[in-house]
Amino acid sequence: MKEDDMRKVAAVLLLTFALAGCGGNDDSPGTQTSKEPKAGGELVIWADDKRSAALKPFADKFGAENGVTVKVQAISKDQQTTFVTASQQGSGPDVMVGAHDWIGNLVQNGAIDPVQLPADQTASFNPNALKAVTFNGQTYGVPYAMENLALIRNTDLAPTAPATIEELVEAAKTPEKLCLQVGQNGDAYHLYPLYSSAGGYLFGTTATGDYDPKDLGVGKPESVQAFRKIATLGEKGSKALKRSITPENSIATFTSKKCAFLVSGPWAITDVKKANIKYDISPVPGFQGGQPARPFLGVQTFYVASKGKNKALAQEFVTNYVTTPELAVALYEAEPRPPALTAAFDQVKTKDTDLEKFVQAGKDGLPLPAVPEMAAIWDPFGKAEAAVVGGADPAQTITAAGKTISSAIK
Amino acid sequence: MTATMLGGPATQARPAPPEPTRSIVGLVSKALLLGLTVAIAIWAAFPLIENEQWTGLAVLAATTAALLYLYLTPRHIPLKYLAPGTILLILFQVFPVLYTASTAFTNFGDGHRGSKDEAVVAIQTASVTQVPGSQQYAMTVATTGDPGTGPLVFLVTDPVTRQVSAGDADGLKALDDVTVNAAGRVTAAAGYTVLNAGQASLRSAEITALAVPTPGGAIRSSGLSRAYEGRAGRAYDESCDCVRDTTTGQTWTADENIGAFVGANGERLAQGWKVTVGFSNFTRVLTDSAVAGPFVRTLIWNFGFAIASTGGTFVLGLLLAMALHSPRVRGRTAYRVLLVLPYAMPSFAMLLVWRDMFNTDFGLINNLFGTDVDWFGGSASARLAVILVQLWLGYPYMFLVATGALQAIPRELSEASRIDGASAWGGFRRITLPLLMVALTPLLISSFAFNFNNFNAIYLTTEGAPFPADNPANGATDLLITYTYRIAFGGGGAQYGYAAAISIFIFLIVAVVSAISFRRTRHLEEVHA
Repeated sequence: MKEDDMRKVAAVLLLTFALAGCGGNDDSPGTQTSKEPKAGGELVIWADDKRSAALKPFADKFGAENGVTVKVQAISKDQQTTFVTASQQGSGPDVMVGAHDWIGNLVQNGAIDPVQLPADQTASFNPNALKAVTFNGQTYGVPYAMENLALIRNTDLAPTAPATIEELVEAAKTPEKLCLQVGQNGDAYHLYPLYSSAGGYLFGTTATGDYDPKDLGVGKPESVQAFRKIATLGEKGSKALKRSITPENSIATFTSKKCAFLVSGPWAITDVKKANIKYDISPVPGFQGGQPARPFLGVQTFYVASKGKNKALAQEFVTNYVTTPELAVALYEAEPRPPALTAAFDQVKTKDTDLEKFVQAGKDGLPLPAVPEMAAIWDPFGKAEAAVVGGADPAQTITAAGKTISSAIK
Repeated sequence: MTATMLGGPATQARPAPPEPTRSIVGLVSKALLLGLTVAIAIWAAFPLIENEQWTGLAVLAATTAALLYLYLTPRHIPLKYLAPGTILLILFQVFPVLYTASTAFTNFGDGHRGSKDEAVVAIQTASVTQVPGSQQYAMTVATTGDPGTGPLVFLVTDPVTRQVSAGDADGLKALDDVTVNAAGRVTAAAGYTVLNAGQASLRSAEITALAVPTPGGAIRSSGLSRAYEGRAGRAYDESCDCVRDTTTGQTWTADENIGAFVGANGERLAQGWKVTVGFSNFTRVLTDSAVAGPFVRTLIWNFGFAIASTGGTFVLGLLLAMALHSPRVRGRTAYRVLLVLPYAMPSFAMLLVWRDMFNTDFGLINNLFGTDVDWFGGSASARLAVILVQLWLGYPYMFLVATGALQAIPRELSEASRIDGASAWGGFRRITLPLLMVALTPLLISSFAFNFNNFNAIYLTTEGAPFPADNPANGATDLLITYTYRIAFGGGGAQYGYAAAISIFIFLIVAVVSAISFRRTRHLEEVHA
C-alpha cells in the first residue's frame, strides 16, 4: 500500500511538471518578452467594427515604418464603458477611437490624456471639430470626422426644400409626414434641432464659452414654451412627430417611400443610395419666426489612453499620423462622414457633394455637450419628448423632467 | 475551476479500506485530474506573482495543497464528495456575493474608480498646458548609453534658431556636433546614440515621464518626434493634502469621506477616488424619494409579472405536454419539435422582434388584426404585451420539463384511478398533478426568481414604458431591476456602489420569497413521498 501511494505521488508529480512545462512555454511570451530585445513596442488601438477594418492597413503601415507591432481590436458594443473599465484594470488600449462627447466622463475617470498640437496642426482642422474636442481649455484628442443631422428629402415626392417646419408639414403628402425618430421613449438627439428652434436650451454657457452644468435649461419657461410648440407637431396635432417612428424603422420607412422627409445624419446615406432614391440634403427646418434649428455636432476622435502601456507611441500615432489626410480619407471611405481635416475634406468633397451639404446643415450646429452631466439629460428629456408627442401636458411633463435631471446632477 | 471537477473516481469513494488491486483506468484518470489541478494552479500563480497578490497566492497554494492531500489519502471519504461542490459554491456564489456586498459600502463609480494617487496623477496630467507663446520642438530620443537601458536624453531643435540642445532631468545643454534632417530632427549627434521608433517605444513610460526643466516650465515629449514646453497648472501639495492651482493659488482639499478634492466654495474636482462610505448607499436607497415613491407600485407589478410569466408558461406548457402525452396523437415528435422551436431561438433577438411587432403604426400585430392599439403607450396594454412575449418565450421550457415529468409517472396510476371510478379531471387533480408538482416545484421557484429579475424582458421591449408625464424615472412596466438600473446608471454616470446596495435589497426580496416557497415544497414532498 505504501508503495502504491508512492507510485501515485510520482505519477502526479511527473504529470505536474509535464503540464507546467507546457504552460510555461505558453506563458513565456507574456512574461518574458519585455526583457527580450524584440523589434519594438506594441500599440493597441480600439475602435468600433467598421472603423477598425478601415484602420487596419494604416496601422500596419505605421507599424512597418516604425518597427513596432500595431494591433487594431474591434469593440462592437458599449465602447465607452468597456474602455473605462478595461483602462482601470490595466487591460485597456493605448489609443481609443470614439465620440467626442465621452470626454467629460473619460476625464473624470482619468482615462485619457490631453494632446498638444502645434499651431500649424490646429489650423488644419475644421474649427468646430477642434472646439468640440476642447474641454476645460485642453485639447483631449484628435478629431477625424464630423456628423450632424440634416433634412434628407425624396426629391420625387418633395421637389423643394422647406424653409420652415410648417412648410414641411404642408408639403408632405405621404402617409407619414416626417421620418424623425421618436420611439416609445423619445430621442433627445434627434429632437434637439426643433427644441432649439423653439427657443429651448439644455445648458447655458460660461463666459469662456464652455457649457455650464449649473445652468440647466430643461424645466425653465423657455423649455415649456418650446415643448408647447413641439406638441403642435405631435400625435394630437399635425402628426409630424409620432412615437411609432423609431430608431429602427425611420430610415427604412423613408427608403420605402412612406415619407418624403427624413431627419438623419451621414450614416443614413448608404441606405438611401441603396434604395435608389433621388434625394437632396438641406438644413433641418425650424419653426416659422423661431430661432434657427441647431443640430448637435458630433466629432469622432482619436484618444490617447492615460493608462496605456505605450503612451509615447500612442501620442506619436495620434498627433503625427492621424493628422495626415490619407487616413482621414480612408476612414471616410469606410463610412461617409465629413472629415474634420480640411485638406481631407477638400479632397473628398469634389466626388461626394453630400458632404458639403451636411456641413452646411451643421453651420448653426452646437457641439454635443461633453460635460459628464449630459448623461443625466438623455433619458428624462427623451421621455418627456415621447410623452408630449403622445399628447401629455407640456408644462407638467417638462417640469418633471427638469426636476429629475437636476436631482441626478446635484 | 477544472480543479473542482475531480469528484474522484468511484473506486476512491468506498468506505472500506482500499483494495490492493485497483483499476488502472481509475488511477490514470485520477493522476490526470490531479495533475491538471496543479497545472492550473501554477498557471494561475503567475499573474498573482506578477501583481504581488501574496494573499491570493497563499490561498491558491493552500487550496491546491489541501486538494492534493485530500485525494491522495484514503481517509476523509465524505470530504472527497463535498470538496468540488464547495469550491464551486465559493467561486461562483459566495465570492460574487461578498464582492457585491463590499462594493455596496464604497462610492465606486464614474469619477471614483481608482486610488487617490491615480486621481492626483490624472489631475496633474490634465492640467499640463503648453506655455503661452512657446514653440514646439522637433525632437529625437537619444541616450548616452545602451539603447535599451542607458539614460534618456531629448535632442530638441529650436524651431527658430535651429539650435540643437540635449535635455535631461537636469536641464538643457547646447550641442554643436549634430546632423539635422530637413524637418529639423536630429539624426546623429556625437556622444549620443539615437533611438529609432521601435527602440524608443519600448521605453515609452520613461519618455512620457521625462520632463526637462526650463525657466518657464518643462520640455515634455509629445509622441516620439515632437516636444513642447509645458507647465502643470495644478500640483498636489502633500503638506496640506490639497491640490493647488499654480497660477491663481486656489486650493482644493482632499475629503476622504467623499473621495474628492473640494474647494472652499464646495466645488469638487472631477477626478475623485474610491473610498469606503459606510452605510450611506443603503440609507440612500431607503430615503431617495425617486426610489421610495413608486417602490410599492413597482414591487406589486414585479410580483405580478413574475407570477404571470411563470404561471402562464407553466399552464400553457403543461396543457401542451398533456395533449401530446396521449398516445392517440399521431406525429407527436413533429409537434414536439415545432413547440420547442421558440426555445431554440436566441431570446435576445426575439425580444427585439416582438418589440417591433407591437409598433402602433408599423407593427405586425396591429396590421394583422386591423387594430390601432398603442400597445406600449398604455399601462394595461404594455403590461399585457410584455407578459404575452414572456409566454411565447417561456412555454417551451415548461413544455419540455412537464413532458419529462409526465413520462416519469407510471400510466398504471391513472389507469387504476379510472378503474376506481375517478373522472379524468379527478385523476389528474388528485394523482397526476401532485406527483408532477413534486418534480416541478423547484423549477417553478427558480423560474420565478429568474423572471423576478428578468431585465432583458423589459429592457429590450418597452424599456419600462409607458412613463407617466410627471415621472420620467419610473414606468408602468418597470421591474425593480430595470428601474434601479436606470437610477444607478442613467443619471450621474455609472454608480456601482449604489447599484450594489440596490441589488442587495433585491436579493433579500428574492431570497425571502424562495425560502418560503422551498419550505412549502418540503411540505409537499413529505405528503407525497
